[in-house]
Amino acid sequence: MSIEIKELSHIYSEGSPFESRALDKISGVIEKGSFTGLIGHTGSGKSTFIQHLNVLLKPTSGQIIIDGVDINDKDVNPKSVREKVGLVFQYPEHQLFEETVEKDVAYGPGNLGLDENEIADRVKNALELVGLDYEKVKDKSPFELSGGQMRRVAIAGVLAMKPRILILDEPTAGLDPRGRDDILKVIKSLHENERITVILVSHSMEDIAKFVDKIMVMYRGKIEIYDVPEKVFSQAELLEKIGLAVPQVTYLMRELKKIDPKVNQNVYTVDQAQEEIVKMIRRKDNA
Amino acid sequence: MENMIEFKNVGFIYEKHEGEDTVAVENVSFSVAEGEFIGIIGHNGSGKSTLSKLINAILFPTTGDVMVAGINTKDHDRVWDIRQTAGMVFQNPDNQLVATMVEEEVAFGPENLGIPPEEIRRRVDEALSTVEMGEYINKKPHQLSGGQKQRIAIAGILAMKPKCIILDEPTAMLDPSGRKEVMDTIKRLNKEEKITILHITHYMDEVVDADRILVMDGGKIAMEGTPREILSQVEKLKDLRLDVPQITELAFNLKSLNIPLGSHILTVDEMVKELCQ
Repeated sequence: MSIEIKELSHIYSEGSPFESRALDKISGVIEKGSFTGLIGHTGSGKSTFIQHLNVLLKPTSGQIIIDGVDINDKDVNPKSVREKVGLVFQYPEHQLFEETVEKDVAYGPGNLGLDENEIADRVKNALELVGLDYEKVKDKSPFELSGGQMRRVAIAGVLAMKPRILILDEPTAGLDPRGRDDILKVIKSLHENERITVILVSHSMEDIAKFVDKIMVMYRGKIEIYDVPEKVFSQAELLEKIGLAVPQVTYLMRELKKIDPKVNQNVYTVDQAQEEIVKMIRRKDNA
Repeated sequence: MENMIEFKNVGFIYEKHEGEDTVAVENVSFSVAEGEFIGIIGHNGSGKSTLSKLINAILFPTTGDVMVAGINTKDHDRVWDIRQTAGMVFQNPDNQLVATMVEEEVAFGPENLGIPPEEIRRRVDEALSTVEMGEYINKKPHQLSGGQKQRIAIAGILAMKPKCIILDEPTAMLDPSGRKEVMDTIKRLNKEEKITILHITHYMDEVVDADRILVMDGGKIAMEGTPREILSQVEKLKDLRLDVPQITELAFNLKSLNIPLGSHILTVDEMVKELCQ
């Protein structure tokens, strides 16, 4: 399920003194089955952009075409788009409201008018996908769970809709490192095993570096860079200028290159850095 | 040097309405000297936030005593002295800003202390200039970025002239530049204004420069030491559901390949130096 964005603009409060251009003629294609990282400083337009992808916002001008269909066409029911495109907001656990975990996860599919068996299956499946034990948690109040578990329940609620495209807005904010890794692993396995197209919004360059195959960098309502991680993180100066950063090991490799010009500085994970340094030491020993 | 904060065998139990109670903090003792920068890390539910609320007299110990600048937090008549001495900054900037203008926001604390208007005026200007937000005095908080909002929240605390600031994951919701703004501000307050800092965070790279780190686990202090002592124990930290900065992990991996490296590398510069000797 590919997403094609054509000259998309969004202007808030158009024509009023508070008019602001949040998206400025952005274009690009997000391939079916890809895992895209969306980065950009606060106010760069990321949230405005992702809200367009499931018709929570409508373009001021331009188009979004998902699987050949213009999602803002007057004949397209936004509900059908939202079935395909699941959006997990920041701090999604704040939206939990039901008495039990089971009821909370069932809320979305319930609104699709599915029969009870199908809903029950989906709830069970969604909870297992996020790594929770269905039998153990189904009758609990969502509010008894830990922060990381609550967040997984909230994500299960979106997965129970069986989306083909999953967008997550900073799904790891406020979680401890293990909770963060757990959530990211769940997302990675959804991408690999369920072949869901994933768009991950994150402020953590290290997380982005570890998981995604392409990075979209937004700045002032435009797409500044859209490329593979290697190419994106090779532009450290530009990223810093627009309020972002590169992973810590990338800074290290840039320093090492000044000393040994053979060092590959386009490195962004710990494993890659380790490999490069081992090579560098061998060169030094052989010299 | 006087102790700014002292925990003496402190326990705290949350009472549940039904079923058993939850022990959030158990027999914790430590002290923080005036002017120290303490990093507090620990997984979700390890007791970090309970600890900070105990200092600020939002919660009171079930057992033991918490002393802030020599005042016992159980001394109800002095709650406001305690909160004035030890100010708190929380995670979500939008939940702690109350006024419609930056200026009013920063003045809110001192106004409640009954400070004369001309003195408030002076403190607001000074606090905003300390967090480098002077030019935003007439802005509305909602027009600011996350990092700027947190700096306004810090200015609001500074205007009450605290000796100590406790920050509970102040950067969790910020982008990289916002995080840097807030961390630079906190470090400057510690160095230049000599304000004691307790910084609670999940980002290990933010505590690399701390004087000491406390690692919480299961309501207890699991580890305590300098950043070098703590962050070099990669495996133990991982057991505690924590992480280390990329550089520290890289150093650990390289050492396990028998590459000779000095121990306890924490920064890019230290790594470069070690590798190029």
